[in-house]
Amino acid sequence: MPPASTNGHHGDPTLLAAHEARGLLARREMSSVELTKAVLERITRLEPKLHSFLTITADLALKQAEEADRRLAGHGPAPTPLTGIPVQLKDNISTEGVPTTAGSKILAGYVPPFDATVVERLKTAGAVMVGKGNLDEFAMGSSNENSAYGPVHNPWDVTRVPGGSSGGPAAAVASGECFLSLGSDTGGSIRQPAALCGISGMKPTYGLVSRYGLIAFGSSLDQIGPLGRDVQDCADMLDVISGKDPRDGTSLDSPAGGFSAALKPGGVKGMRIGVPREYLVDGIEPGVRSAFQRALTELERQGASIGETSLPLSDHALTVYYIIAPSEASANLARFDGFKYGYSPKQARTAWETMDMARGNGFGPEVKRRILLGAYALSSGYYDAYYKKAQQVRTLIRAEFTEAFKRFDCLVTPTSPTVAFKLGARTDDPLAMYLSDVCTIPVNIAGLPGISVPCGLSDGMPVGLQFIGPQMGDATVLKAAYAYEQSTAWHKMRPAI
Amino acid sequence: MEYEPVIGLEIHVQLSTKSKMFCGCAADYQSAEPNTHVCPVCMALPGTLPVVNRQAVEDAMMIGLALNCQVASATKFDRKNYPYPDLMKGYQISQFDSPICITGWLDLQDENGEPVRVRINRVHMEEDVARLIHIAGPDGGPGHTLMDVNRAGTPLMEVVSEPDIRSAAQAEQYIETVQSIIRYLGVGTANMEEGSFRCDANVSVRPRGESKLGSKVEVKNMNRVKAVTRAIDYEVARQIKVIRDGGRIVQETRGWDDGQGATVPQRSKEEAHDYRYFPEPDIPPLKITSDMVQQVRSKLPELPAAKKARFQYQYGLSEYDSALLTSSRAMSDYFEAVGAAASGTSLDDRRAFAKETSNWLTGEMSRLLNEAQQDISSVRVKPAQMASLVETFRRRDLNNATAKAVFQEMYRTGQDPEVIIDAKGLTKVADTNSLGLVVEQVVSANKVAVADYVAGKETALRFLMGQVMKASRGQADPEITMRLLRERLEVLKASR
Repeated sequence: MPPASTNGHHGDPTLLAAHEARGLLARREMSSVELTKAVLERITRLEPKLHSFLTITADLALKQAEEADRRLAGHGPAPTPLTGIPVQLKDNISTEGVPTTAGSKILAGYVPPFDATVVERLKTAGAVMVGKGNLDEFAMGSSNENSAYGPVHNPWDVTRVPGGSSGGPAAAVASGECFLSLGSDTGGSIRQPAALCGISGMKPTYGLVSRYGLIAFGSSLDQIGPLGRDVQDCADMLDVISGKDPRDGTSLDSPAGGFSAALKPGGVKGMRIGVPREYLVDGIEPGVRSAFQRALTELERQGASIGETSLPLSDHALTVYYIIAPSEASANLARFDGFKYGYSPKQARTAWETMDMARGNGFGPEVKRRILLGAYALSSGYYDAYYKKAQQVRTLIRAEFTEAFKRFDCLVTPTSPTVAFKLGARTDDPLAMYLSDVCTIPVNIAGLPGISVPCGLSDGMPVGLQFIGPQMGDATVLKAAYAYEQSTAWHKMRPAI
Repeated sequence: MEYEPVIGLEIHVQLSTKSKMFCGCAADYQSAEPNTHVCPVCMALPGTLPVVNRQAVEDAMMIGLALNCQVASATKFDRKNYPYPDLMKGYQISQFDSPICITGWLDLQDENGEPVRVRINRVHMEEDVARLIHIAGPDGGPGHTLMDVNRAGTPLMEVVSEPDIRSAAQAEQYIETVQSIIRYLGVGTANMEEGSFRCDANVSVRPRGESKLGSKVEVKNMNRVKAVTRAIDYEVARQIKVIRDGGRIVQETRGWDDGQGATVPQRSKEEAHDYRYFPEPDIPPLKITSDMVQQVRSKLPELPAAKKARFQYQYGLSEYDSALLTSSRAMSDYFEAVGAAASGTSLDDRRAFAKETSNWLTGEMSRLLNEAQQDISSVRVKPAQMASLVETFRRRDLNNATAKAVFQEMYRTGQDPEVIIDAKGLTKVADTNSLGLVVEQVVSANKVAVADYVAGKETALRFLMGQVMKASRGQADPEITMRLLRERLEVLKASR
């Protein structure tokens, strides 16, 4: 086993996994208020270096922690695995009474009057909310450099990006600023930053988790999911947030929860695991490749049967994504017109001027680029060649995965072709930036569950391993990832910050 | 050359569902204080999602079935993108290429009574926008605009006809028939003045006998049926004049200016929006099984055309009377309730009673309702009271003028006719003995008129008739009076 840069976190409760901290709370060795204070102190200390929060809700957190302590002491409803655990929420998830900006100037000052369904569920479970996570503006980006409020720094090396768009959540979980965070994943926005920050992050099956309250980017691709220090934590959080929501017409009729209960060591024994060769070609860093190969060896050692497979249509997923996601975004972002909420230019004299100025000044360059791309792809005369064609290819990509899952229980790939890159390295080259998500995008295109877990280091930076399952195969990917994780120690690594 | 108008209508019908199209807010925006029937969904707060109102889907199916449409087995929603401050999301959720109902028809009659079939292209579901109220500034200075979000997200159905209408009169008939169907179904109020029923017209002209369509002009902004017919007439004449003067019709959108009595250019084809329609990703396609269609079909009430035909054969009413009585579901229901309260048993009896009832309802009742701008559903006269009045009248216990006076009192107070008649001593003098006495008095008191009659002046009879009515304070039965007077005078004539 390679040396992990563990940081002797046994003395520091903020660096435990949530299920470990839960033990402290359950045994009353520590109160939720004490744990929350420790986390808030850590936030105060690290934020100048990381900037993974856009809003810190210390007062709310302490109030919720007191409530959790009462609950842990046996008053009120029975505690859940998340009761008293400090969590963060990506700032595109609506929180009642707490600013929600989606990382955009156009939503500066907007305070939602309602909670997203996932937030309601976390509150009911007794989680403690410490703040809102930084992100690429409207979740559009792979490095968190598109945040209108400034970038997030990778806790393993602050000169590098944390990945994106859930860069804040990934950096916060990795650095001990919270135990768990909720992100959103449209093309890899949970899994890629999780990989780049050395933590676990999961995008569930499309429709497993309600999108109600998630500020939409690409509606047919967006999915909320957990980021945590290990698979167990992700499963615990998924248990709380999953399940049918009548407010989301695309939410699936699925039983909530049960994911954590399905985890067991050695769970990959007898599993048929496929390795799609298209995910291992050009552009993969040697360090990532070798970490991936070692992970395959480990899975095989545990009794999984590894087989090569081919998903040739995945090569088109990136193209399809950059038509469908911007098209949907061009409509989703039309509501930001400067009249109703957020930034409204006071100097505008007419309705049209208000719209022009609000959108002109309120949106950043990447958001504008994608709105233009999407509006173009949908426009009369181009629709058939772009949007319609992309949807047809999407159907084929889905079918190709369905075929593959007749032969395999799950697939594994590297999560990202590279480790975290330097801040600024790709900002002038949108195409190079878009390639960061080449291994994660097909999963969104097909609506499948995918999870990234740490599988090694390359140049001292974490590498992620992605498990992909069939539709509604969320328990399968969690089980496989858990079994892998439990036989390695990568999930115990903490950055030295 | 003679030109023929070619007209297609696009009708927007507001549904009277309890809640809005995609959220649980109350849909009755008109009665509420501005911006009180709102929630995060219809205000388009970031992160909110639409959930389809099942009742609205059923209503749309029902409208489609009533217009002889096919209900699609699968239907989906689409986003129609265009920026406007009243459009909360920046796009309207509508239906583009797979509407819920397609290919129906509506049968009308042209000006010569010949049948005309207007084909229906589609019925689709969409949502309404917020209401903007523009407030002018003082002395023509900059004004401001108020927004009422209550209306945003209320359900709308769009009914699109094929270009099968050939005149303003047919358009009027088409609109009124659709309105009547909507009200019969109980799914909307279909009131143009209130805006719960809106109509745009696609108008073109072509040489008579030509089958190719001319360039069409979309005419908007008509808020009464009369405005639609005037706008069509104006637009048809305008287009014919342009062509006759050697010009060409260009495809454009024009607005009806009621004050000017003219259509004015609004938008050229080049300025038309590219709506960038695409499937609404937040709403999965709806599957509609034949069971669901069957269920809705079983709830369809008898529709105006069928009811009208039934009134003709069942009650022996004229087509004209049947049409008047079935023009609204409430009126036809009232008519049948009066019939149900009557005592007649033989077919002839029931038919004669029905005819009399029809006369009352289409005559006095409609007159008073019109005067009071009232609807039959809120009238004070109960069907049983109406039946009693009609029966009394048919027994000739009241003459025409008295019966009308009784009815007016009933209409005003809701009292039983018997009560009113008793209170005012209004029974008709039909008793030949007492009438004979009055006739005798009048004949002896008006020697000159009698002499005129005897000398062959028929008009003298009318004067004497008036004198009898006067003497009986209007309660004499005119028919009997006339008979008695004539008998008496003929006797005098013969004995001369």
